[in-house]
Amino acid sequence: MTTANPQTNETVETIHEETVETNHDDHGHHEQPPKGIMRWILTTNHKDIGTLYLWFSLTMFFIGGAMAMVIRAELFEPGLQLVEPHFFNQMTTVHGLIMVFGAVMPAFTGLANWLVPMMIGAPDMALPRMNNWSFWILPFAFLILLSSLFMEGGGPDFGWTFYAPLSTKYSGDSTALFVFAIHIMGISSIMGAINVIVTIFNLRAPGMTWMKMPLFVWTWLVTAFLLIAVMPVLAGAVTMVLTDKFFGTSFFDAAGGGDPVMFQHIFWFFGHPEVYIMILPAFGIVSAIIPAFSRKKLFGYSSMVYAVASIAILSFVVWAHHMFTTGMPKVALLFFMYCTMLIAVPTGVKVFNWVATMWKGSLSFEPPMLFAVAFVVLFTIGGFSGLMLAMTPADFQYHDTYFVVAHFHYVLVTGAIFSIMAAAYYWLPKWTGHMYSMTLAKWHFWCSVISVNVLFFPMHFLGLAGMPRRIPDYNIQFANVNEIVSIGGFAFGLSQLLFLALVIKCCRGGEKAPAKPWDGAEGLEWEIPSPAPYHSFTTPPEVK
Amino acid sequence: MSTHEHYYVPAQSGWPIVGAIGLFLIAFGAGHYVAQIDTYGHGGWGIYVLLAGIATILYMITGWFRTVINESMTGLYSSQMDRSFRQGMSWFIFSEVMFFGAFFGALFFIRMFSVPWLGGEFHYTSTHEFLWPNFVAEWPLVKTPKGDTTQAMPWHGLPLYNTIILLVSSVTLHFAHVALEKGKRSALKAWLAATIVLGLCFLYLQAHEYIHAYTELGLTLESGVYGNTFFMLTGFHGLHVTIGTIFLITLFIRILKGHFSPDKHFAFQAGSWYWHFVDVVWLCLFVFVYVL
Repeated sequence: MTTANPQTNETVETIHEETVETNHDDHGHHEQPPKGIMRWILTTNHKDIGTLYLWFSLTMFFIGGAMAMVIRAELFEPGLQLVEPHFFNQMTTVHGLIMVFGAVMPAFTGLANWLVPMMIGAPDMALPRMNNWSFWILPFAFLILLSSLFMEGGGPDFGWTFYAPLSTKYSGDSTALFVFAIHIMGISSIMGAINVIVTIFNLRAPGMTWMKMPLFVWTWLVTAFLLIAVMPVLAGAVTMVLTDKFFGTSFFDAAGGGDPVMFQHIFWFFGHPEVYIMILPAFGIVSAIIPAFSRKKLFGYSSMVYAVASIAILSFVVWAHHMFTTGMPKVALLFFMYCTMLIAVPTGVKVFNWVATMWKGSLSFEPPMLFAVAFVVLFTIGGFSGLMLAMTPADFQYHDTYFVVAHFHYVLVTGAIFSIMAAAYYWLPKWTGHMYSMTLAKWHFWCSVISVNVLFFPMHFLGLAGMPRRIPDYNIQFANVNEIVSIGGFAFGLSQLLFLALVIKCCRGGEKAPAKPWDGAEGLEWEIPSPAPYHSFTTPPEVK
Repeated sequence: MSTHEHYYVPAQSGWPIVGAIGLFLIAFGAGHYVAQIDTYGHGGWGIYVLLAGIATILYMITGWFRTVINESMTGLYSSQMDRSFRQGMSWFIFSEVMFFGAFFGALFFIRMFSVPWLGGEFHYTSTHEFLWPNFVAEWPLVKTPKGDTTQAMPWHGLPLYNTIILLVSSVTLHFAHVALEKGKRSALKAWLAATIVLGLCFLYLQAHEYIHAYTELGLTLESGVYGNTFFMLTGFHGLHVTIGTIFLITLFIRILKGHFSPDKHFAFQAGSWYWHFVDVVWLCLFVFVYVL
């Protein structure tokens, strides 16, 4: 690679000018983190805030996971055993909301907080106080959401997609709390995204040109754009639900001239880009890990960048593939079907590039690589079932069956969550300064990867055989497969306790980690010591 | 602060957690208040929590902004920091555009699809026949399918005056900005004061229009999708004008105190962007809600 001429890039030039009079002696030369709980409440440090996001996400992962255990326990046998149908509906709804807004999204924001400034050689995030605010409103939002479960009449029970009229006519009083909780989550996401996007635009080190940025930074740049574009639309959707339910409007009520189908259009205009918000950073993580453990450069860097951008653009014109059975003119069905299938092209480019990176590499299978390889294989399975669902006539059969549940759990659990696990295993030594137990990590991986397939793979067959989703009871013919699925579910849930134990152990101590524990790893974050000093790159490094 | 830090990273701050608690109180209070009204016909304790939340947020906003203004006046912010603020503000306005986009999208969907479909257009004959055979698809929708009637708000009169007022206010604010950049402080004060007065006039007339709609036209938030889209769009716009006016008043006070220089005035720039954005939203409103 050639050295970028600082004079050709305005941003670089300014940073350069501002730093000439300082000397590069001060990595973490001054303040150590303050002590006690107030460090975490008042912090403006991107690493502290990243840590907060990650712990919050892990907590939510276990709370949402506990709800999944309730769901699988109830579905272990046909008939109603453990919970009332009304409570079952609350579990499916809140499980979905928590996993989407509480586990996956905050985990990615936490990773962005920790990594983006280190990867681009920035001193911190661009707007550090707002960074604190965007984290600390999240726990309050989930406090509100979870508290609504204990209200008279129960919490939200209309599915995480809160379709009207379920959420407007047939929902409980807690709907208002649900709406305001979503508003706060949205505000948090928008502020977090603005922070990331401004950091990437404005705080890159001299020489860190666009096409030298690590793919994790690229994918987050695109994700941040998607977040700023669609979270406000979600805010609009929940606001209309609020006024329809409590203030007598009829946006989603045909008797007043509105249309319940319009709810689905507005919701999925948010919802489909949201799907990519939850997977693009995963692409970035895997694109960092696979080259490191293949000891090769990433195959097709620039095509990866263009693929991410194309996926993001396409994500705005495919929303109605979630509503093929709802009713639409035929020309709209065809348009949304073909646009959806187009997404397979850039996604295929990415999968091809990951495989090509591994081709003839000197591979080794440390825990991050295990999860990354599992990601490539299992996410691709989720992608293929997505293609099946994209075909309108076929979707008429699959819609609202367990096939859909299988599909989106493959992309979200073995896709998004596995990539987050891979990221944790890859960067934990950098965060904590300690190596973790490789044995425990490998146990966690093999238990997870086996149980997750026992859990979700048979769901495809349940769906193809016609088992509907979101029901607490089912026909006797589905009993055997559901038992297998539930056993897989319990095993997967228990396996995650290994991860919790490993992370706690790693935070508390362990073998000292070198600055670069993986010999094939590349990037600025590996050039600073482990654990990363409280303030890294107070003077920007020169990127060659 | 160490002299080594060229990109200003603020020390620990208590304002964000105050803001988080404020938002929590607002959401928790409003959520319960709305449900309590729905159940009992009157509000319970929720309103007090809501008000406490609003007070907390106001306290946070004033305190946080005071901190930022002090930091800015002591010269802690580099030109790079200034760019962060500008870019942050631009993306924030983009998010606001998308928020209004959701409601404009609803308006277009209702006008292009749901109302014509209920009237039997595009092969939806049976929808029309089986649901409300007497329904007439028209816009403004003054008679809903279930039979509620209202009157449409004409575009001439108050809405037209308000359009002129906001357009002129964008021009006066631009002149204020030019005056600031040329260092003409008294012209700056005069143009900015004129903009604030125009903003207040707009709000006064809009309040007048709402009273007219509720008391004389029978046009309320509950009068079917016409009233829904009318009040939600103009209401959220009015809220933004209110915020923008408060923003401009704050800038005016700062200018009286001698803040801002011809080449460093991010806050003024941000307020001006926000005001022009609110103006553009109104133009779309005027065309699609009132005229067409």
